[in-house]
Amino acid sequence: MAGIPHDHYEPKSGAEKWVHRRLPVIGLLYDTIMMPTPKNLNWMWIWGIVLTFTLVLQIATGISLVMHYTPDTTLAFASVEHIMRDVNGGWALRYMHANGASLFFVAVYAHLFRGLYYGSYKEPREITWIIGILIYLLMMGTAFMGYVLPWGQMSFWGATVITGLFGAIPFIGESIQTWLLGGPAVDNYTLTRFFSLHYLFPFVIAGLVIVHIWAFHSTGNNNPTGVEVRRTSKAEAEKDTVPFWPYFVIKDLFALAVILAVYFAIVGFMPNFLGHPDNYIEANALSTPAHIVPEWYFLPFYAILRAFTADVWVVQIASFVTGGIVDAKFFGVIAMFGAIAVMALAPWLDTSSIRSGKYRPMFKWWFALLVIDFIVLMWVGARPAEFPYDWISLIASAYWFGYFLIILPLLGVIEKPMPRPETIEEDFASHYGKSSDTATTPAE
Amino acid sequence: MFKKLALTAAMALALTTAGANAAEVESHVEDFAFSFEGPFGSYDQHQLQRGLQVYTEVCSACHGLRYVPLRDLSSESGPGLPEDQVRAYAAQNFEVFDAELDDFRPATPADHFPANTGVGAPDLSLMAKSRAGFHGPYGTGINQLLKGIGGPEYIASLLNGYEEAPSCAPEDFDGHYNTVFAAGGYPDSCKDEDGHHMYPGSWIAMGQPLYGDDVEYADGHESDVHHEAMDVSAFLMWAAEPKMMARKQAGFVGVLFLTLLSVLLYLTNKRIWAPIKGKKKHA
Repeated sequence: MAGIPHDHYEPKSGAEKWVHRRLPVIGLLYDTIMMPTPKNLNWMWIWGIVLTFTLVLQIATGISLVMHYTPDTTLAFASVEHIMRDVNGGWALRYMHANGASLFFVAVYAHLFRGLYYGSYKEPREITWIIGILIYLLMMGTAFMGYVLPWGQMSFWGATVITGLFGAIPFIGESIQTWLLGGPAVDNYTLTRFFSLHYLFPFVIAGLVIVHIWAFHSTGNNNPTGVEVRRTSKAEAEKDTVPFWPYFVIKDLFALAVILAVYFAIVGFMPNFLGHPDNYIEANALSTPAHIVPEWYFLPFYAILRAFTADVWVVQIASFVTGGIVDAKFFGVIAMFGAIAVMALAPWLDTSSIRSGKYRPMFKWWFALLVIDFIVLMWVGARPAEFPYDWISLIASAYWFGYFLIILPLLGVIEKPMPRPETIEEDFASHYGKSSDTATTPAE
Repeated sequence: MFKKLALTAAMALALTTAGANAAEVESHVEDFAFSFEGPFGSYDQHQLQRGLQVYTEVCSACHGLRYVPLRDLSSESGPGLPEDQVRAYAAQNFEVFDAELDDFRPATPADHFPANTGVGAPDLSLMAKSRAGFHGPYGTGINQLLKGIGGPEYIASLLNGYEEAPSCAPEDFDGHYNTVFAAGGYPDSCKDEDGHHMYPGSWIAMGQPLYGDDVEYADGHESDVHHEAMDVSAFLMWAAEPKMMARKQAGFVGVLFLTLLSVLLYLTNKRIWAPIKGKKKHA
């Protein structure tokens, strides 16, 4: 693998040599886990491992659930109850899988905002970033379709509302909606295709995760200072880095154990807290729930979707300019996907030459506001669409776009950055007593 | 900075006006103290048996429990009835349609409680998980975090919530006035000029099922409406979540082991990094 200079795998025993000549898989694994990693990574760099673990957890529990689940509108709800009551440990599998989705999104949001603060999306890590956004989009699709499978009231009506969004696209919307649903309305053909895709997507995600890891193993990890690891020689690189194993493996496993303790507490003591009671009512096409609310992790973008109503002036202008093709509903859909698209474009919208937010005095505040904005959007997404929540969601949505489209480009021009350390070594030495000039090889 | 101010202002506005918005009278769900609450709470076997009795003698006339297997009544973490008693109970109380016989026959422990769709009453198998007794405040979910989601509390409150209809309602208005039921019909004559409800709850199709002393408890437990409602709500919670005890136990073991593992990994991490980090500077 290209990247930071370091020792490569050398087969020693005869058997290793035999394998290595034919398939250098041990070397690949060695280089992957011995990758030189900036030694100043902080606790926000643990989420990648949490995410990888969660993906495996979801696939493992999911495959077991499939063995007992029946994707048929007349049987799906009952088969979930069968899992909960009759299958050995079935309740554990299902609660772990359902809350695993929440764990997944907690971790992905932390991971994403870590990247946004420390400028991990900047040159040369744009491809890592874009693949990350693709993974996130696939995760949203997977989670949405997974929520439909138990065939409860929220499953059914959530599917109706969300696929209805695509119907808002002018001219081709209706065809797309029919194509997604497999027919004119949510029914058995919807359930079966969602089931099929819900099973497929995680493996696509797993493939993209490998590419994601491959990409940042070529560029090297970003780190809290945003200063790159020196690559002129192996000796210099070693002053900035430590191998991933054991230093970061153990650190990440520690963080993972703490997070899993919280996760297990939720699964064991309050497994339905993050769900919606209405989903314990079997789907009924004739009875619409009073409030159709998406799962918590969709709420920020759901809030943006709902924020742009027909009385907002940008919507009116868009409608006027396009001769009515872009109506409020379609504008909302554009805004929702646009909110994710602006994130994907962050590498090109951010004009600052400084990577890490740590050394950007103005950026810090705007970023903090973005995090608050995200939480406000999440909260307001579950509130009824009435005053004052309509105004709050509109202001919060405006800030989301303002941050990416106005503040990020502008700050790079007007902001005067603070002094940065020359090297990672220097940064590390300013925090810890022992400089890496002395022998860094641990005694054991 | 302006946007931040605007946002703060909007938030402040939200918090002050939300109170005014909630002019609609809220129905009150009482926070009953059930034995199965909290991380260590467990079902009270006697209460589940009393609740089963209330269900059998009162509720089952109209409501089914189609997802609950009768054999589960002998579950140690549930009502814990002896197996022969369950067999007798099933045969005495329920008939099921047997496709092989092409006829009805007495139920056995291998059957589920029958579905009961005669008068259109909802199935109760998952009722305790499909209702939320507690909400908010302001969409934060804090009440549910502290008190639980409140399904059984909702059921018990509803059973206690029948009251004389307010005088604003027409005599012949459909249903029965209940101060807790939220999703029922509501006469326009009981709304104010803004369309807000002036009285809590709404009109429910189900007539008041419990009046007190509807059943005679073998253990001599009090059988007023309050206690009967609590007992049957506890039973319905068990019916909805029969594996709760196993779940809490697994959660406890999981948290315990992961905490232990965290400590070990923390120490390991400290030790392997020590030669790299040396002493931490006071920066």
